[in-house]
Amino acid sequence: MTTLNVRVAAVEQVTELVKHFTLVQQNGQPLPRFSGGSHVVVSMNINGRNHRNPYSLMGSPDNTESYHISVRRQEQSRGGSVYMHDQVTVGSELQITYPVNLFAISKLAHKHILVAGGIGITPFMSQIADLNRLGQHYELHYAYRSPEHGAFVEQLREMCGDRLHCYVESEGQRMSFQQLLSQQPLGTHVYTCGPDAMVKTLLLTARDMGWPESHLHSEQFSAPPIGDAFVISLAQSGIDLEVPGDMSMLEAMEEAGLEPPFLCRGGACGRCELEVLACDGALMHNDHYLSDAEKTAGNKIMPCVSRASCQKLVLNI
Amino acid sequence: MNTPAFKHETFRDDYSFSNSAEAIRRFPFPFPEDDYMYSVNIEQHEPGAPGSVLEHLIDIDEHYLAECEDRRLTLEQDPDRCIITPHMIDAQWDMVELVMESLAADYPQWFSLSKNGDDWHWINTPMGIDQQFRFGDASTLPMPPFEFITRQVQGDWIIMDQRDDDLFADMGMVTSQADWSIAFDAGMSFKEWHGPVPQANEIGVFDRALKYLLHLQYGSPVRRLNWTMTVNPRLDTSPENYPFWGPDNVSVTPENVGDKVYLRVELQALFRLPRSNAIAFSVRGYLISLNELVTYPRWGKRLHRILKGLHPDLSEYKGLDHYRQTVIDWLAPMDDGADLGLGTQPE
Repeated sequence: MTTLNVRVAAVEQVTELVKHFTLVQQNGQPLPRFSGGSHVVVSMNINGRNHRNPYSLMGSPDNTESYHISVRRQEQSRGGSVYMHDQVTVGSELQITYPVNLFAISKLAHKHILVAGGIGITPFMSQIADLNRLGQHYELHYAYRSPEHGAFVEQLREMCGDRLHCYVESEGQRMSFQQLLSQQPLGTHVYTCGPDAMVKTLLLTARDMGWPESHLHSEQFSAPPIGDAFVISLAQSGIDLEVPGDMSMLEAMEEAGLEPPFLCRGGACGRCELEVLACDGALMHNDHYLSDAEKTAGNKIMPCVSRASCQKLVLNI
Repeated sequence: MNTPAFKHETFRDDYSFSNSAEAIRRFPFPFPEDDYMYSVNIEQHEPGAPGSVLEHLIDIDEHYLAECEDRRLTLEQDPDRCIITPHMIDAQWDMVELVMESLAADYPQWFSLSKNGDDWHWINTPMGIDQQFRFGDASTLPMPPFEFITRQVQGDWIIMDQRDDDLFADMGMVTSQADWSIAFDAGMSFKEWHGPVPQANEIGVFDRALKYLLHLQYGSPVRRLNWTMTVNPRLDTSPENYPFWGPDNVSVTPENVGDKVYLRVELQALFRLPRSNAIAFSVRGYLISLNELVTYPRWGKRLHRILKGLHPDLSEYKGLDHYRQTVIDWLAPMDDGADLGLGTQPE
């Protein structure tokens, strides 16, 4: 996997919970160009263990001087976001992957409806830069908890003008998906990123209203949840590994010196998919990639975010 | 490699194309073992051995000017060999950037690129092109950006838009194809496009290849080799012009086979493009006559065994049926049955 060595050039406290990091290449070279909606995976060495978290690029794709990511502090997690908030300062050096886009705008759409909730605003910021440059027809609908939590609203107002619609929960403003989706012209695509419940509700509403699947786009990254320890048995290499409660299967394999494939590490892209050969308990799927039918069938698993409640899980790798 | 003088030669009419000894030695012979079966055989497109066709991201060889001229002639007769759809505008500029940056970095004796912000200055010395333009502003080039740059590089280029978990061939410069047509395939999805390949859908090759390509990363291009055979060193073996080259297939005799039949190897490379998130698929063809090929006896023996064992469906798909046996008979006396070991090397 091709990686970039970057240094933190600036840190900005955007809201009480959100920090914005500006990254530049350590060697002073321009960063690779990317397309709106892309993310990078940031590597962090936390107490000797390598954590890798995906973050959307929110700067303009035209800017190759610096990349911009924002991190929401998640207390109930394994520590990646807390590390970014508490340990990463101006001058810190990090390793990131080349940009990958799992949330690209459709170039054939006639109109784009962007629906963001909270920190889910970040991928839209680079998308909007592309939509503006290409002169595309779009609307941004942005929901957040209270005025203090409305990250980047001023910047968005400058970028979007009256195409920005804000919904402040504490002021009783609610987005009606039904209403939003009911009066759109043919060829409209809808994109959503934010809390799980919001994304699921929007997609369900759209499907119920007959929107074609190809016109619905969403992106969600999961963090690997903490669970019980179990053993994975790697059939091809003949290795058995313990997966501790605070480690994902992917991380456990990497700790053992293996190099299984991965891209997003948030259960979105499908690159790390493995075949399940046997399991003496239950699979606990936490990804957004496999269909419900595939999850029920139980012969595939995403080792980046999913786990098993079992003694032994046999994987075809 | 010593810089080759660019050869004056033709790929039509009198077919004066030939390979120098150096070009034969670096020919990308595709058969590492005696059996051939269709496979995806993808590897990272990393720089290869100095002097080899893999040394640089984009290979420029002694046939550069003659191939660009052949493309010009084909486009003159049939402008539809270059297809550009409006939603591929970012991909057009991605291609300008990819080709200009690669050529200027790898062949500074022939190509130069200087930038002042978005004001770019491109010099292609062999073709006598000196062009200043503004990156992102198509009105500052004499033709669409994709056409401008692909007229200056060898091989065909197909640009695939990624959407709906599939890839669509929405742009292309295709003038040296092995019997397929961009006008016919434009807009098709990856699976529709590969529908005709026998023995492949059955083994799930394309499902796996598509999933792999959807995850192709910028900065990590990949490549594979493909091959076929052709009669006469003709680049434009398009379905549109079948009447001009099709009859050649029945012109092969035991007397002319070494001269007339060519092994045609495609170095296929796939690049993720950064701003458009499209994938560029380059198909760079290398031609070698059987007479040239058997100057390395190891290659002659290997090809003999490959053709003898080739599955009939693949032979038909590749269009070899009319002359395959003639080639086998011609190669047979040169094959002493010795164990060749693994590998594609000439000696």
